[in-house]
Amino acid sequence: MTTSTSHLQSHPGLNLGAAHGQAHADAEPVVFGFWIFLMSDLVTFAMFFAVYATSLQATAGGPGNADIVDVTSIALQTGALLVSSLLFGIATVAMKHGSAARTVIFWLIASLAFGLCFLGLEVRDFIDAADKGAVPMRSGYLSAFWALVGLHGLHVAVGSVMILVVCTQIAFFGLASDVKTRVLRLGLYWHFLDIIWIGIFSVVFLPGLLT
Amino acid sequence: MEHFIFGRLGWDDIAIFDVFRDPTVSNIVGSSAGWLAVIGGVVVAALLLIKGWWRPLLFEWLNTTDHKKIGIMYIVVGLVMFARGVAEGVVMRTQYVTAFEGGYLTADHFSELFSTHGTIMIFFALMPFLIGFMNLLVPLMIGARDVAFPRLNQISLGFTIVGAMLLMVSLVIGKFATGGWTGYPPYTGVAFQPGTGPDYWIWSLGLSGIGSLLTGLNFAVTIYKMRCPGMTYLRMPIFVWTALCTSILLIFALPPLTAVVIMQALDRYLDFHFFTNDLGGNMMNFANLFWMFGHPEVYILILPAFGLYSEFTAIFAGKRIYGYTSLVIATMAIAVLSFTVWLHHFFTMGQSPTINVAFGIATMLIAIPTGVKVYVWIATLWGGRIRMRTPIIYLAGFILFFAVGGYTGILLANPTINFTVHNSQFVVAHFHNVLLPGTLFAVLASIYVWFPKFFGFRLDERWSATTAWLFIIGFTFAFMPLYMVGLMGLPRRSPAFDDPSYIPYMIVTMGGALCVFAALCTLIGTFVVSAKRREELAVPGGDPWDGRTLEWATPSPVPEWNFAFLPEVKCQDAFAVEKAQGSAYKIEREDFEDIELAPKSWIGLTIIVFGTLLGFAMVFWIWWLAVLSALALLAHAIGLGFVRDEGEIIPADVVERTERDWIAAARQGQGTDRTDEVSARNRGFSARITEA
Amino acid sequence: MSDKNKRAHDLRMYFTGFGLAVTLTALSFLTAILQPFGPVGLFASLAVLAIAQVIVHFRFFLHIDLSRQKREDLQLILFTVLIIAIMVAGTVWVLGNLMTRMM
Repeated sequence: MTTSTSHLQSHPGLNLGAAHGQAHADAEPVVFGFWIFLMSDLVTFAMFFAVYATSLQATAGGPGNADIVDVTSIALQTGALLVSSLLFGIATVAMKHGSAARTVIFWLIASLAFGLCFLGLEVRDFIDAADKGAVPMRSGYLSAFWALVGLHGLHVAVGSVMILVVCTQIAFFGLASDVKTRVLRLGLYWHFLDIIWIGIFSVVFLPGLLT
Repeated sequence: MEHFIFGRLGWDDIAIFDVFRDPTVSNIVGSSAGWLAVIGGVVVAALLLIKGWWRPLLFEWLNTTDHKKIGIMYIVVGLVMFARGVAEGVVMRTQYVTAFEGGYLTADHFSELFSTHGTIMIFFALMPFLIGFMNLLVPLMIGARDVAFPRLNQISLGFTIVGAMLLMVSLVIGKFATGGWTGYPPYTGVAFQPGTGPDYWIWSLGLSGIGSLLTGLNFAVTIYKMRCPGMTYLRMPIFVWTALCTSILLIFALPPLTAVVIMQALDRYLDFHFFTNDLGGNMMNFANLFWMFGHPEVYILILPAFGLYSEFTAIFAGKRIYGYTSLVIATMAIAVLSFTVWLHHFFTMGQSPTINVAFGIATMLIAIPTGVKVYVWIATLWGGRIRMRTPIIYLAGFILFFAVGGYTGILLANPTINFTVHNSQFVVAHFHNVLLPGTLFAVLASIYVWFPKFFGFRLDERWSATTAWLFIIGFTFAFMPLYMVGLMGLPRRSPAFDDPSYIPYMIVTMGGALCVFAALCTLIGTFVVSAKRREELAVPGGDPWDGRTLEWATPSPVPEWNFAFLPEVKCQDAFAVEKAQGSAYKIEREDFEDIELAPKSWIGLTIIVFGTLLGFAMVFWIWWLAVLSALALLAHAIGLGFVRDEGEIIPADVVERTERDWIAAARQGQGTDRTDEVSARNRGFSARITEA
Repeated sequence: MSDKNKRAHDLRMYFTGFGLAVTLTALSFLTAILQPFGPVGLFASLAVLAIAQVIVHFRFFLHIDLSRQKREDLQLILFTVLIIAIMVAGTVWVLGNLMTRMM
């Protein structure tokens, strides 16, 4: 309908550019809608952060923050997420500039691998915490801790599944226009989770090191 | 084994058999309601099968992505749930008449009634009504073919229906919560209510919340990105503005509800300690989070209603809305301010007076933009050629009552006064006083106004007007006395009282409640009578009230594709201006094109079926069913990405024929001069076209 | 700009973002481990570094900038920040006050 003006459209996130025709035109409302979803999700996270902040004292004599933070593991997790984000970025750049579907899938899987590293480390940390008796049933503080960190972990897990799904779609349909916009949105989601993680290590983990 | 298959569901949970186990009055009332639901369901199913209606239901309605049909389904769901809510209200009011002797219902049953009544009216009657109208009107008003994401729209409807279904199921199997619609822990925690009630609450609110959030997202994108050429922000009809603000509220206010429902579920299912009494739980977090959602929710319920009032006031006053810009600014101001006042719902929680005062002042500030709106409607009526149709009856009732509701709101915003009257019937009177005239009257009036647009015939004027009067009178008698008994000290939610001086008031309110029930009956009667006389009441021209905005510039019922060409507007109230200039009803272009409609989809039905099963299974701890339903939903969601349906193509010649037939009829159609618009002469063609 | 240049430009964007993010993260961890500024200083520096890193992520990974076409989205993000500020600050204020009064 509006192909004549499609080169003027632009949305946040990596713009495909007019060369991508329909996919670029479709992206505008779809990506805007996805941004709204992300912002709404951000408010949900904010609520978990707020409850965490109000529960700091509510340890009920159980383990507190300082008892469960393993700073090396957190640093590794942060690194894994950042590398994963970078690799996803490379995948979207490859898609935008006409690389083969194979290449795009390669970078996506690489990104997924680091995402899974993150999840693995996080699960290990959770198991360690549980071994120390820091289970969420122990206190209000631990409930808030597990729920906040766990909610982020759940988002990463969902994102990982979605990476597999879009890879399958690329394999099935090639880089069709709807698949392209889906990769773009997944990229926004993946980068967005980094931002939440910045909040988590700055609010939850690093203050725990205070002596 | 049995425990594995049925979870904690046992024979004792089948509430409709309670009456045979223990035939007390309370059980008879409870079980009758259950049986009514079951029989109603069976009758509907039988009708569907015998009359063959299941086929159109399945293939024209449940799989449609057409915003108009989805809107109608929302309103139908709302009406069904509204009927139940009114019935519960009447039962509660009769309880109060006998409450001096202890009442005829048990305290538990009474608590369940006010909990379901509140939950239903807010989430499954008023919200579906308003979201239904947003669906019906927004795309037409901004000159679009559909919403931005038609399939997502169906998904939203699906989740809303899931919540409503769970509430209906709770009538038959198990019990609903007894903790009120706000469900405050620790009373709703496992320690005090180990049963199914709060779990029903969690899943019906949680799942329908997803639907509402997606609706907000969908309409925000629709209004931002899908406006027709020339439809600048300041040319949008007021209803679209209010729909936009409501969408923004939905997007940002639902997350606290999601969060609080997740936390409450974790508390109840996995023994977390967010809101429990022991081990560091803090129920104040619940109140705080809940009302961060709850207060904007109030404006989700009222803003679109304000929009509807603005639209039809202009129509029936026969002039442009007065003070358009101030109305827009007031709407935006209310939307933003609504996020800053949540604490006034718990002034008595124990925080310092400074905090109470800050939130009290913020609350009073909202009265300013709201007051602006009331003046705008009055000023619109002022000097207009008002036609006293049913909507204006509702409007008159609304302006009068809403002023009272607003004043009592300002009283409640004052923390010191709030301390004395909070948790009394005064509060009950206040919020019914705002929500009934504010939202319900707007919805009922709008059903009258826009019914002909989507069904092709008007509603019977006499029946509609009777309904309006019954609602207004019933409302007056049902709720005004509650201010008095509230000030006299009767607490809300109390199943009994020990002061005989309340009794006369309670008899009056029961009379009012019965009158509202009669209004509900005449409302149904209106539909039946009008459907029978639909030939006589037909308005194929599509503009029975001399409308002003784009939705009236289409035939009735509106074709699936809405507009043959996307309109181009040059001013506010574009259709009214075109009619005045004599340029309406013209075919200016010849290049009719094929129109592709959004593909049909079954995702909505999948969500209804598996979402309800999921909720039910989680309530009764039937884990295998919960896992299977969740997997089914997930598989369908992922599968959607692999299915590539082509939408239905409407051929150019069909579009052209429809458009030409309609315009030809309009150009020779007999107009009315608006004084006899309720007579059979009104065929939905504007008067001015025959003059031109 | 040829396509090859554009590709290099797009990639540079991601690598710049990555470099900045890694630096800021490292600084956050270092301040927390070495604690050169005391408790209040730690919270302040963590807050500043976190905000800086969030901006880096928005700029380089999510491609939000001040260009006219992205204003709508920038407004959306800023409005979200406003709402979150109201809600979180309000929560901390109210519940913190309750906590001190319950002591």
